[in-house]
Amino acid sequence: MPTFNQIRAFLSQKTIGIAGAGGLGSNCAESLLRCGAGKLIIADYDRVSDANLNRQFYFHDQIGEKKVEALRDNLLRINPFASLQMHFAKVTPENIELLFSTCDVVVEAFDVAYEKMMLIDEMSTQLPHIPVVAASGLAGWGEAEKLKVLKCGNLVICGDESSEVSDECPPLAPKVRIVSNLQADVVLEILLSEFK
Amino acid sequence: MKILLNNRTEEFTADRLSVQEIMNLKSFAFKMVVVRLNDKNIKKDEYSTTCVKDGDDLKIIHLVSGG
Repeated sequence: MPTFNQIRAFLSQKTIGIAGAGGLGSNCAESLLRCGAGKLIIADYDRVSDANLNRQFYFHDQIGEKKVEALRDNLLRINPFASLQMHFAKVTPENIELLFSTCDVVVEAFDVAYEKMMLIDEMSTQLPHIPVVAASGLAGWGEAEKLKVLKCGNLVICGDESSEVSDECPPLAPKVRIVSNLQADVVLEILLSEFK
Repeated sequence: MKILLNNRTEEFTADRLSVQEIMNLKSFAFKMVVVRLNDKNIKKDEYSTTCVKDGDDLKIIHLVSGG
């Protein structure tokens, strides 16, 4: 097993894409940066709102800011030397290649199922050699034993595959952060599998 | 034929079935799914034209909103 310094040195050479900076993306970015990820490329078109603070890596005084800018500020407080490429943009089939073609792995961190589907489909068509770590099923609370990591080639899906977000089943910090950290852990597993 | 469906062995009387036929037989009625046949991504418009045969590894994964 490598030491943390060896892990950090190895990961510092890697580029990780994160599509979305909400509950999954902001928390996943935090963990990956703490592990020493060299470069993060993060795209999101939303702004921080009061309703986000129950699970996302933002603070009350950031309400109204662009998520990518608020997240950059927060990540730089962890590591002021981090290499962060933030894009205030909606990820579309047209810009996926431009955004993520230099990545070693891409994290799907969207909210809506059809956007998750779009990213998985487009990545498998446009950038099939880059592994994708997606999430499905992280709403509510309890039954954490149902959370799993499903591997299908270079696509890995984390979550319980069933709990859908609704007014009666809101996304809450514990499970959202468990799943976003499952994603971060899978990213480490993928990247560190090359560690020699 | 015998296939691996979501990591479980499943047996069908037919020798070949399309992805769509398997989804109908197994009552996969979810609107949003990711389909991987032998780890290759299968898009929605390919479900009825993609053939599954003996020994194949098919995964049908439900995508739900939340993030």
